Amino acid sequence: MSTTISTNTKWWNGGRSPFNISYGKVMMWYFLMSDAFTFGAFLISYGTIRFSVNHWADPNHVFNAFPLAGHANLPLVFVSLMTFILIFSSVTMVLAVHEGHKMNRKGVEKYMVLTILGGLAFLGCQAWEWTHMITGDHAVLVNGQIEYWGTTVTRNPWGVEVMHNGAMIATPGPIAFGGYFFGITGFHGFHVFSGVIINVTMLIKTRLGHFDQRGHYEMIEKAGLYWHFVDLVWVFVFLCFYLV
Amino acid sequence: MSSQISSPEITHAPEHAPGTSRIWRTFWVLSLLTIIELGLGYFLYFQHGHLSYAFTLSTKLLIAALTLAKAYYIVSIFMHLGDEIRNMIMTIIVPLMLFIWFIAAFLLDGNSWKNLRNTDAGSRPNKTEQHH
Repeated sequence: MSTTISTNTKWWNGGRSPFNISYGKVMMWYFLMSDAFTFGAFLISYGTIRFSVNHWADPNHVFNAFPLAGHANLPLVFVSLMTFILIFSSVTMVLAVHEGHKMNRKGVEKYMVLTILGGLAFLGCQAWEWTHMITGDHAVLVNGQIEYWGTTVTRNPWGVEVMHNGAMIATPGPIAFGGYFFGITGFHGFHVFSGVIINVTMLIKTRLGHFDQRGHYEMIEKAGLYWHFVDLVWVFVFLCFYLV
Repeated sequence: MSSQISSPEITHAPEHAPGTSRIWRTFWVLSLLTIIELGLGYFLYFQHGHLSYAFTLSTKLLIAALTLAKAYYIVSIFMHLGDEIRNMIMTIIVPLMLFIWFIAAFLLDGNSWKNLRNTDAGSRPNKTEQHH
């Protein structure tokens, strides 16, 4: 009968971790896998509807604005900025985990602050993009009359262009466009938001010295897994909504 | 330097590199892949209307392949899955294989709907195929 392992071994009941990894990390991985299926189902549903219609909004026309740039045609620029913000905040997160392995509290604090700032910058960008989409005025031919529409979950001004009084003008497109765009980027944005909340919690716990008392910074690693997953999902959202 | 072990049940801790060069190298790889994706995206934008359907589709598939490469680097290096033991990796990767069927079946279903819409039975709402 073993005497060295006694009190702290209840998690897995067999006295040993099946994958030689802590219970918390395994469960975070399984949660992320289920979340990957949720996001995957959303994106595949969007793809199915997009494949089923003859015309879909061209992302280069829909997402071509940049703050303070007026009506300049800048396709992909703003969303590239958002992508690089998220990649960079992923790097600062992995650097925080790295400092945690070295038990360097000051380093963890510094990189957690940078990661939180990156998350807030991303959310700010998304707030601007949504506002621009919803409030933007685009000429649409509705029942022979020209109306000015923003993009919402019930209005899509990016349909097929037709000739009207000698000029090309868009007709209403499938309303699924707004629903999928706001639904999926919103679900992702909510993940970023909750990731920021988790990271702020981890920063506070680091400052209070909880992880030094515990003897390890594994909580930072688990928060990091979630944060990297948010970046991972964005890579696919970027592909499906903006690039193709 | 050995990493701290969080529980007596765990005897294996992946060796953590003392430096951060691997992290920064991954950052540059991700940035480069993103820039190539953007380059291909701009190529499609500026050549809009001059490319065949098959060529456009191939370019989009290439962009999707680059995205999968980015996903591999994020999961393997940033999330350290590549440093875990093989059985742990398999419990994550094998279930995700379901996506191969999931994507193929549903996109083909969507495409089939489009074809049906453009038949007489589907009343041909948009006989002239839009190029985009």
